[in-house]
Amino acid sequence: MAEQAQTAFHETAVIRRETRRGDFGGRLFGDRIFGLSTLGLALVVLALIISLAVVLIQASLPSLHQFGLHFLVSTDWDPVNDIYGALPFIYGTAVSSALALAIAVPLSLGVALCLSELAPAWLKRPIAFLVELLAAIPSVVYGLWAIFVLGPWLRDHVEPILKGALGFLPFFHGPRTSVSMFSAGVILAVMVIPYISSVCTDVFAVVPQSQREAALALGATKWEMVRLSVLPPSISGVVGAIILGLGRALGETIAVAMVIGNSPNISFSLFAPAATLASVIANEFAEATTNMYQSALIELGLVLMALAIVLNVMARLLVVGVRRRAGVH
Amino acid sequence: MADKIIVNHLTAWFGAVRGVHDITMNIQDGNITAIIGPSGCGKSTFVRCLNRMHEVIVGARAEGEVLLDSENIYAPDVDPVQVRRRIGMVFQKPTPFPTMSIEDNVAAGLKLNGVSFSRSEKDQVVERCLKQAALWEEVKDRLRAPGGSLSGGQQQRLCVARALAVEPEVLLMDEPCSALDPISTARIEELLIELKANYTIVIVTHNMQQAARTADMTAFLYAGELIEYGETRQIFTNPNRRETEDYITGRFG
Amino acid sequence: MTLTLQRHYQYRKAKNLVMMGLTIFATVITLTPLFLVLGYLLYKGASSINFAFFTRLPAPVGETGGGMANAIVGTFELVILAALMGVPIGVGAGIYAAEHRGTKLADAVRFAADVMMGVPSIVVGIFAYAVVVRPMGGFSAIAGAVALATIMIPLVTRTTEEMVLLVPHELREASLALGVPRWRTTISVVARTAMGGIATGVILATARIAGETAPLLFTAFGNHFWSTSLRGPVASLPVQVYTYAISPFADWQRQAWAGALVLTAIVLALELGVRAVTGGQTKAPR
Repeated sequence: MAEQAQTAFHETAVIRRETRRGDFGGRLFGDRIFGLSTLGLALVVLALIISLAVVLIQASLPSLHQFGLHFLVSTDWDPVNDIYGALPFIYGTAVSSALALAIAVPLSLGVALCLSELAPAWLKRPIAFLVELLAAIPSVVYGLWAIFVLGPWLRDHVEPILKGALGFLPFFHGPRTSVSMFSAGVILAVMVIPYISSVCTDVFAVVPQSQREAALALGATKWEMVRLSVLPPSISGVVGAIILGLGRALGETIAVAMVIGNSPNISFSLFAPAATLASVIANEFAEATTNMYQSALIELGLVLMALAIVLNVMARLLVVGVRRRAGVH
Repeated sequence: MADKIIVNHLTAWFGAVRGVHDITMNIQDGNITAIIGPSGCGKSTFVRCLNRMHEVIVGARAEGEVLLDSENIYAPDVDPVQVRRRIGMVFQKPTPFPTMSIEDNVAAGLKLNGVSFSRSEKDQVVERCLKQAALWEEVKDRLRAPGGSLSGGQQQRLCVARALAVEPEVLLMDEPCSALDPISTARIEELLIELKANYTIVIVTHNMQQAARTADMTAFLYAGELIEYGETRQIFTNPNRRETEDYITGRFG
Repeated sequence: MTLTLQRHYQYRKAKNLVMMGLTIFATVITLTPLFLVLGYLLYKGASSINFAFFTRLPAPVGETGGGMANAIVGTFELVILAALMGVPIGVGAGIYAAEHRGTKLADAVRFAADVMMGVPSIVVGIFAYAVVVRPMGGFSAIAGAVALATIMIPLVTRTTEEMVLLVPHELREASLALGVPRWRTTISVVARTAMGGIATGVILATARIAGETAPLLFTAFGNHFWSTSLRGPVASLPVQVYTYAISPFADWQRQAWAGALVLTAIVLALELGVRAVTGGQTKAPR
């Protein structure tokens, strides 16, 4: 029975062999189609980023021509008279991001150190997982929570303390509201921490165990070991993580738009409402009535995109090798 | 015994680096031919040129002639894919396809080549090849188990079965036992002797005893060149070249 | 001498305790908002989740009642459309970048994907507006899907590339040595082996775009009724939650919590589901 089967198959094989013998010719049809398909799709990706930049520049041209470089330093935001300036929003973006980083960076470093040095093996995964969950929650949900829970809490419990202790600083002047630069900065910090801490954890994980052991063998305490062996080689990676976080903070739109108050005025007080590049676009684009209005908003988007891309590239240059070695799988 | 493969002045490069230089040799049908030599001498490169796998590496190329039954596989209009259906290969690291079961692994070469068969034909092929690879008895009750669930030695025999399913005429083996334990190695060597009846086998090995045990003819390569080629017994007891003798007696390598 | 060393050592020990304690403190503070947000979602939103919520359309302004049925369906519609566009492009480009690793084009694709990941989603919305809404003359589901696809593509490209690169080259060689043509090897052996990881990347990218609001604000826009065609505006869960949350109507605000709960549940289900299946071995690309 098996022999029969063998012969039967052998016959087919011989037939195939016959064709093969004379058929040593090229037959790259399948290869060509497949190659062209993947090539085409790869080119689509390239085309996408290029057209993104081109489209944005093109759509900002009216505003670029009208206001030129003055756009970046002008504080006039006057849709009624079609006069626009970006400074309030650049200011708002810068300050809210700076505030967010001021809160997020120490916390992220703490979390990353706790994860990489302190936590017992069975805790590491759950904690890391929970931190990643922070990043998974949609921005609008954070915004909602910030409007109704965080904002009022900050206004009623935190801002009085700040005003009491540091009220002499210009940052803490003025009436306390629940929609303000301060609220925006805090919720931004919450959203940015998972990104910074995740990269920092990877950066710390790449430090060889032997370095740590060398410090410990000298009699260092855990904290001293961290200062000696873990932090110094990680500096560029940590800076990269911070820049990455900054890039994300810049682009965060919805949660910020929901709690920052959307006022195109510059105020030194953190308790006053403000606006960022992203938030003003979110708030005003759908109602932008004139071409110039739209074009100005798009130019704001162009500025935002340029900033975000530059920061992203810088961050990746600093961090790129580290994540691969840490194993992003 | 007729010549199955005739190699004429084969030279192979990796970019600008020459891996194999001007090798000329005849491989007889139905023989086991062993290629031995120290690490980096070009054994693998040479054997990979025989089924046009060498050029798969980016920047690699080969020049010269390799005649399979008097047809040059390096002729310009030859499709390497077809060549590889007639000259099969088993690699150093056993690589069953992880997403496929044992029986699917055996049939993979046929299926991916577009050969259509019924369920019963497939069962017959699988059984025949697994028997040829001396693996049938061990896996016949779990043909649907994943290919990766076998031990190292079993996986390698599975790879042999898979290579045999395509009905090649020649079987190239690149250090097939390096990653295996001694018992699996012995099993594979027994297998080679059994397969000799139906296939021409070329085996690369860094284990001289293995060559001495299994091969009819042995070629000694050093620094990309063919130093000596002849009957195994002669190579190991009475080598002609000084380099061969030095290698055999363990003076280097 | 030993006394000062001892004192100094106590100081070092104390400092160590404080610093390590601070890191734990930082972790606790960091994780607190997670539980607070989820907690409030349940607390404020669960009571509004009922059958009506899932089946009714929004009530007219000022009236109570109504649901978010159209928004929930709209989100599914947008996400599926976006995936139909984004997954083939992303997977194809990722396979290309992996198979042609080292060439200039592959490097360019990887760089382009990295850069795109850093583009704020509101800017992607502007792009989709200029490219789809303006020529079409109005808001549409297609525009929204294009925006979401643009966000999805770089994510899928990167994860696909990384997963394909993980497939050992010996597997590719084994297939080629069987006389399998190159394209068949890539599809049936390499991609098939990487399929688990690729699917994971796709699902995570889907979870990400399901929660996006900004790019939909002026592309898909929003709709108080069922959307009847792809060429018209469509409601979506994130935009609906946003609109209700910033409104002055208490009933809308109540529904915003419910909508946020549903949205978060969907997103977390996808994220958790994927991790459960892969045993927690994956990280979303940043």
